[in-house]
Amino acid sequence: MIEFHLNSRSGLSPYQQLVQQVRHALRLGLLEEGDRLPTVKDVAKQMAVNPNTVLKAYRELEHDGLVAARPGVGTFVTRTLADGTLAAHGPLRKDLQRWLTKARLAGLDDESIEALFTSTFRDAAGEDVA
Amino acid sequence: MSAVLRAQGLGKRYKQRWALQNCDLDVPAGRVVGLVGPNGAGKSTLLKLASGMLTPTAGTIEVCGGRPAAGVEQLAKVGFVAQDTPTYSGLSVADHLDFGKRLNPNWDDAVARDRIRRLGLDPEQRAGRLSGGQRAQLALTLGIAKRPELLILDEPVAALDPLARREFMQDLMEAVAEHELSVVLSSHLVSDVERTCDYLIVLVDSRVQVAGDIDDLVACHHRLTGPRRDPDTLPAGQHVITASHTDRQTTLLVRTGTAVHDPSWTVSPLGLEDVVLAYMTRPADAVRDTRPALEVLR
Repeated sequence: MIEFHLNSRSGLSPYQQLVQQVRHALRLGLLEEGDRLPTVKDVAKQMAVNPNTVLKAYRELEHDGLVAARPGVGTFVTRTLADGTLAAHGPLRKDLQRWLTKARLAGLDDESIEALFTSTFRDAAGEDVA
Repeated sequence: MSAVLRAQGLGKRYKQRWALQNCDLDVPAGRVVGLVGPNGAGKSTLLKLASGMLTPTAGTIEVCGGRPAAGVEQLAKVGFVAQDTPTYSGLSVADHLDFGKRLNPNWDDAVARDRIRRLGLDPEQRAGRLSGGQRAQLALTLGIAKRPELLILDEPVAALDPLARREFMQDLMEAVAEHELSVVLSSHLVSDVERTCDYLIVLVDSRVQVAGDIDDLVACHHRLTGPRRDPDTLPAGQHVITASHTDRQTTLLVRTGTAVHDPSWTVSPLGLEDVVLAYMTRPADAVRDTRPALEVLR
């Protein structure tokens, strides 16, 4: 069973963090089809977090078709996210390493590299939305 | 959903000073409401008005569909834990439970005794000899076992160490999940509010600055940074909460229901703490000029 954690400096709201942690576990195969998520009450008690927040996270996961609530029984994983993209990770990582080498040769320090990546990533994400 | 707390033009004056004024609120049931604001802003006054310990000087307040403390039935619907979680120091833990049982028609004795056992409290112990954390837990036990529709807590964890604070909040959240309880709690700890609350009321200088669902509030506030510019030139619908300028740059914190498309701004998201601090530090005259209560609805 998954155990949640909250990070107050993540920049994400508690409910987004819960959703992200389940998605992450699904992607890495830590949660599989048929696994039960902890009950809302257990998460609320264990993490001292608002039960409505946990419910909201579970509802979003349900809406995304990743889990299903069975009344009186619990919330179960219905689909995993560990997909075929794992195979693509290797080559993508190589590309990124090449790009990083180039950036360092151009004189960028770690902070500049991170800033450039983040702003490019954000711009690209923004274009998708618009 | 019905409102658990509704106020219209609510105000309270002590002699010449208004502790709370022009307060409009409409809080849905089933929420855990965080009430934040600086000391002396009127938080305790609002909570005492809601519990019926004070009567309004102006306006109206309705709690769980009735006037606070209007009768036996109304008293049973609302639990109130005052600041510093007071208990009777000369009475034992068991005496407190007996007291609660006799005074509250909906008293849940099984819940009370089970909680005391799980907390490891000795029923014969006098409340005056309990630690701060244990005393707070005893007060919370009385509040939960009363089985109210609304539990009001005035800075319940302010005096507790981090461990006792966490344990208190864990038990409170468990009770919310178990009993479908609405809660209003005041706190200075935004990190606690972010975890435990889903609705926020910011009270500054005796006025409600903003109130609404926390995720919605965070989503509709943004920080804009860009070349120096007069905030009055912003499009309608973007409300400036705070503005600061250097000779070249302007930084604004705005509330807006729609996306900011102006390419001259760098738009960054805000955390709950940023939003709370913005309302707390905004100049007082900016508050008086605008509508007193800004309800964020979606």
